[in-house]
Amino acid sequence: MRHFFLDRYSRLGSPIHGLSIPGKLASTMFLLVFIVILPVSFYGMFAFILLLLCIVAIMSRIPLLFLLKRMALLEVFVLTVSLLSLLQPNGILVFSRLVLKSSLCLFTIVLFSNTTPFSKLLEALRKWRVPPLLITLLALMYRYLFVLIDEMERMQRARTSRTFVRNRALLWRSLATIMAQLFIRSTGRAEKIFACMCSRGWQ
Amino acid sequence: MHIPDGFLDAKVIIAATALTVIGVGAAWRQTKKQLPQQQIPLLGLAAAFVFAAQMLNFPVAGGTSGHLLGAVLISVLLGPSAAIIVMTAVLVVQCFLFADGGVLALGANIFNMAVMGVLVGNAVYRIVLRILGGERGRIAAVAIASWGSVMTAALCCAGELAWSRTVPWLTVFPAMAGIHALIGVGEAVIVCLVITAIKKTRPELLTATSGPLPARTAATVIVYGAVIALGLVIFVSPFASTWPDGLETVAAKFGFDRQAVTHPVLPSLIPEYKFPGVDSIMFAKIAAGIAGVAVILLLVFFFSRRLKGKT
Repeated sequence: MRHFFLDRYSRLGSPIHGLSIPGKLASTMFLLVFIVILPVSFYGMFAFILLLLCIVAIMSRIPLLFLLKRMALLEVFVLTVSLLSLLQPNGILVFSRLVLKSSLCLFTIVLFSNTTPFSKLLEALRKWRVPPLLITLLALMYRYLFVLIDEMERMQRARTSRTFVRNRALLWRSLATIMAQLFIRSTGRAEKIFACMCSRGWQ
Repeated sequence: MHIPDGFLDAKVIIAATALTVIGVGAAWRQTKKQLPQQQIPLLGLAAAFVFAAQMLNFPVAGGTSGHLLGAVLISVLLGPSAAIIVMTAVLVVQCFLFADGGVLALGANIFNMAVMGVLVGNAVYRIVLRILGGERGRIAAVAIASWGSVMTAALCCAGELAWSRTVPWLTVFPAMAGIHALIGVGEAVIVCLVITAIKKTRPELLTATSGPLPARTAATVIVYGAVIALGLVIFVSPFASTWPDGLETVAAKFGFDRQAVTHPVLPSLIPEYKFPGVDSIMFAKIAAGIAGVAVILLLVFFFSRRLKGKT
């Protein structure tokens, strides 16, 4: 089980984790729209939002190092695309706008996703009249994500312990075989899951 | 290729989200009709599979590594409608769980990678398979379709960024197209290897989807075609045409562009691709494109009815 990084801290107990999910989702969406719409010249407002997010981050008791690592990972793509924007007339203006706004948005989403368990989020979406079959689909996907990642890592470990050749073509072929095997096993699993769901009286 | 929040402006977000709703809606209806509710676990597991498979790193030269994107793989295995739903679920989870791709930009990301990636990939796959045929033809079709789907998604992404005035088209286009031409080759190799491996162990999984499915409704095909065409027209073509095309360049070179006919034999309906009465050049081009697509769709519809009647 090495995949605990997926949403490791979303089940901590803190005032932020305890907030009502629909309210948190709505205010996150509102904040995102607000950040995107706000003109860049309102420096004070951006500083205020940053302060607000920092307070939320501290209150949520998520380790700061974890948050920083997460942000750094996502920031890479933002910076790459933003650098391209420098190559146009008054590019520095566009560049600073992009980096400022998307970093704040990223921070908001990272905080939201790490203080909200995905299953609770789905419950909130169900109340908001998202089609129930879609919710079931997402719930199933989330639930079996961990199982499949585990299974994939087991197969990979088995492969590394058996092959000793560092031949890239061979490696690609065996990785593809793992992937094919994973798909075959998931279809088999899906059939069993459906049988189990029916026997428990699903719909 | 996951666009973060803050990179797109309102008009692009609205346009892309509207097209996404149409595309995913059609796919959802089609999936519910084609595959009974027993398929809900299959779709969920397939989405989890794509997510897990994307975490498998394939070593490329010099310490870098690449991974699968999966639109064509799933569309070959489960059919295009189911593939759109699966890829949408993957992107939704990536967005909310990893903050990978923005929440407001989710519509655009789904449009690029789930809707356009799957639909264009599937169209290319079918066309090439029909031309070449056979098992080798299938592998070739899978390879070309994978490359095409990656490139389409990248071009749509570049077009959206350029239309939002985030990045100039002349920088973002070569950058995105160049990188993704290589990524597409990797994707093509991976998908071909996976399909071959599945065919060796469980060939019936492959024949199941290419077998006699419940007939696809004409409405879905038309909606898909319209979504592809509108996507390309809105996000890619306004920029593509800022370059002089080959003929115009040659004409300018040899100096006969000034001798071009000043009084055309037939007055053209939409002169210079600029729709009369629309001010902004960009909107005019898009409007002209949409009008063109509508005319072509009507013609296709009309002729297909006529031809069907004759046989």
